Amino acid sequence: MTDGTTNTNRGGGLAFWVVGFVLLVAMPLLNVMPPEDSWLHLSDFSLNRFGKFLAFAILALGLDLIWGYTGILSLGQGVFFGLGAYCMGMHLMLTIGKESVYGSDLPDFMVWNQVKALPFFWKPFFSFPGAVLGSILVPMLFASVFGFFAFRSRIKGVYFAIITQALALAAWLVFNRNDTNLGGTNGLTDFKQVIGYRLSDASTQLGLYILTVLCLGGAYLLCRWIIASRAGRVLIAVRDSEQRVVFSGYTPANYKLFVFVVAAGLAGLAGMLYVPQVGIITPAQIGVLPSLEMVIWVAVGGRGSLSGAVLGAVIVNYGRSILTNYFPGLWPFILGGLFVLVVLLFPDGLVGIIRKGKSLLGQRKASVGKAPVPEGER
Amino acid sequence: MTERGSIIQLEGVVVDYDGFKALNKLNFIVDYKELRVVIGPNGAGKTTLLDVICGKTKPASGRVFFGERVNLIGKREDEIVSLGIGRKFQAPSIYGNLTVWENLDLSLKRSSKGVFPTLIGKSTAEERARIAQNLETIGLKDYAHTRAGSLSHGQKQWLEIGMVILQDPALLLVDEPVAGMTDKETEQTGRLLQSLAEKHAIVVIEHDMDFVRQIARVVTVLHEGTVIFEGTVEQVQANERVREIYLGRQKVAH
Repeated sequence: MTDGTTNTNRGGGLAFWVVGFVLLVAMPLLNVMPPEDSWLHLSDFSLNRFGKFLAFAILALGLDLIWGYTGILSLGQGVFFGLGAYCMGMHLMLTIGKESVYGSDLPDFMVWNQVKALPFFWKPFFSFPGAVLGSILVPMLFASVFGFFAFRSRIKGVYFAIITQALALAAWLVFNRNDTNLGGTNGLTDFKQVIGYRLSDASTQLGLYILTVLCLGGAYLLCRWIIASRAGRVLIAVRDSEQRVVFSGYTPANYKLFVFVVAAGLAGLAGMLYVPQVGIITPAQIGVLPSLEMVIWVAVGGRGSLSGAVLGAVIVNYGRSILTNYFPGLWPFILGGLFVLVVLLFPDGLVGIIRKGKSLLGQRKASVGKAPVPEGER
Repeated sequence: MTERGSIIQLEGVVVDYDGFKALNKLNFIVDYKELRVVIGPNGAGKTTLLDVICGKTKPASGRVFFGERVNLIGKREDEIVSLGIGRKFQAPSIYGNLTVWENLDLSLKRSSKGVFPTLIGKSTAEERARIAQNLETIGLKDYAHTRAGSLSHGQKQWLEIGMVILQDPALLLVDEPVAGMTDKETEQTGRLLQSLAEKHAIVVIEHDMDFVRQIARVVTVLHEGTVIFEGTVEQVQANERVREIYLGRQKVAH
């Protein structure tokens, strides 16, 4: 099946399984099997770091759906990521129990802030399934309310970008306040365990890594299914000519809301997986700047291509991880420069460069243009 | 004024843009299966007329009826589309990143165009046959799997006409279809519209007098928001007042 439009190329199926094998089997084996001094050995640190990048990649998939395919730039994805991360973070805080510094049932920061009783909105997060569901459903619910009003009022283009950025700023301010009872500037940290497994154990981190890979695979398949469906083509159509979509009998606001809510759910899932692997979530990870950085991942990888979004998230974050080691102060400039460069020279990102290279090679073989006989639906 | 047998009927419609009356007590009636051409100098209100019919512009006063007295005033654009009024815009408005086939597939009339039915819906054999037949009608049979954005200007205009027809409209509104087309494309477009007029009522807005002569049966002349004359091409060209305000001006310009 070819759809001749955007992302799903013929090799897509094979590449999916190859990448899946490398991430799911090869990398964990390289972590476990070779002795630690072997050059083949993948350290616990590297694997854990990679798990974090893959969690970001889940968020990037959602952002690509809404920005790359539907053409709606959201500068507030960090908020949905944060909601998911805090939901899981709250659960992890509650499971610390008496192991905390102050030995109280309450999280340390509450003792510090002289909060006497657990605030009501913390209570559902005693339950692990509650926290997992909350991590995905709270961002989706929030996105449906926000999106409903934004899309009904026909807010689009740069205006939508600005109001989502304002949302990111507002969320950052709210989460920073001590009386929000979410740990203020210091956020949530010092986690000990998740469903009985010690987070400090390498095996727990390996399990979390594998879980992240599986979630990424699932998220990728979900997005691919949406894009390959007729509704996916409506999304692209909204980007190309919203007016024509209206006059073909569709209501674009509903499609935008749908894709915005899906993207928020994926961002929440990413946040949920991020927290136990990184061990801390603070407002600094969910504000205006992180939200902008997420857009850059997708731009660098190639918007309008699902594999591009994944690639971009991993590569930019890997670059960040390396470069901030050597030039800690320079990263914002490098990131900004990268963004300008990509937008000006490679509007389709890394995937666009790869595709261009491929088509240059293939040009001699086949002439582009007319397609053969119609082959049914696609 | 006949009430029976007309597909669209505008009575005393006024559209006021901050004091400028784009339409001024306009009366306009088109019968079923009629191919009507509307001409008039720039600013005469031609496009505004189409905007009022398809719900894009709300008139300040007046009445608009579709078919057997369905009131169109106050209805949303998508409601009017589902009643059976299709609109072809002046500039080609197609989905450049989808293939020609996909463009047509999205436009096809279906029982529901909500998110979830569209997410799981599959094309039936009958729907595919309709699209294939439509491709033949608009002359894009060989381009089914071409990216629509890479079609020529004329082909894009035909594609959009094809997209509108697949919604099964009883009334087709077409805004300056041949602007920017070559002579050959213009002639093909004329034949396309004439063949479509066998099944649909069509209102065409046009500037190009050669094209009007090719396709028109009845021509309506608009000037300053009102109809000043209605008749055959010959009658229009013979009419003193029309010559004065429209044709004469064009001749001077040439």
